[in-house]
Amino acid sequence: MLLIRCPVCEMDRPELEFRYGGEAHIARPLDPSKVSDEEWADFLYFRTNPKGLHVERWRHTAGCGRFFNAVRHTVTDRFVTTYKSGEPRPDLEALARKLESAR
Amino acid sequence: MSDATITAARRSPLSAEASSLGGVTLTPGAPLLRLILRGAEAAEAADTAFGADLPRRPNRSATAGERAALWLGPDEWLLLAPESDAASLPASLASALAQAPHALVNVSHRQTAILVSGSGVEPLLNAFVPLELTEAAFPVGMATRTIFEKAEIVLWRTGSAAFHIEVWRSFAPYVWELLEAVRRENAAN
Repeated sequence: MLLIRCPVCEMDRPELEFRYGGEAHIARPLDPSKVSDEEWADFLYFRTNPKGLHVERWRHTAGCGRFFNAVRHTVTDRFVTTYKSGEPRPDLEALARKLESAR
Repeated sequence: MSDATITAARRSPLSAEASSLGGVTLTPGAPLLRLILRGAEAAEAADTAFGADLPRRPNRSATAGERAALWLGPDEWLLLAPESDAASLPASLASALAQAPHALVNVSHRQTAILVSGSGVEPLLNAFVPLELTEAAFPVGMATRTIFEKAEIVLWRTGSAAFHIEVWRSFAPYVWELLEAVRRENAAN
């Protein structure tokens, strides 16, 4: 079973306790009536869908119940790091280099 | 709070009696006063009013006499107290916390307890609980919400071979029956 580190509980927990919450760091426009249709559609529907490291939200549903962010590799399903909501997005290129050198 | 006095008899959803088999004892928990407290800023006032310091460390519990506070989230605690406190404690906590933003909800009727103890308790629970339950990974006093097959439970280790399971009452027979089935199977082997 996949173990995911919950940054709130500060421990590795089984994936069964978690729910996926979509891509992370997508801010809703502060004034929706001022953005163009294209920008609004982009906010609503378009996600990055990378092959590689993906920053996403997860919720520790059957645990502390909190949302947090995780960097997961979409090919290997490996969780590279997790961090609390509100913390800055990690440098993905540095993480990718670290993964590459650890091979 | 209304002044009307309504006394609701609390009936256990579990019809089974306490029993031991193959080194594991299953006991339906006695009725308790259960409160859910939300709000990190209310924790300090709650420490004194409740009588036990609410744990700030993740997945820990604190006990004082027959009262226990279980950490469920960074601003969420499950408070357990004997039923004799049911008349006074919710009101005294509410007035002690009046200055801090919080939510205090009485969930006494929502959930019930199943007590599991004995030497075979870890493998029994691990039939349905995906957490590592060795004492090194899950020490005495640790408490957490987790899942038990398809039911959400709060698992609290009260002794090196004793666990307290908090489960919503509609799920209680389901959890009990699964424990009973595996206990019988383990005893037969």
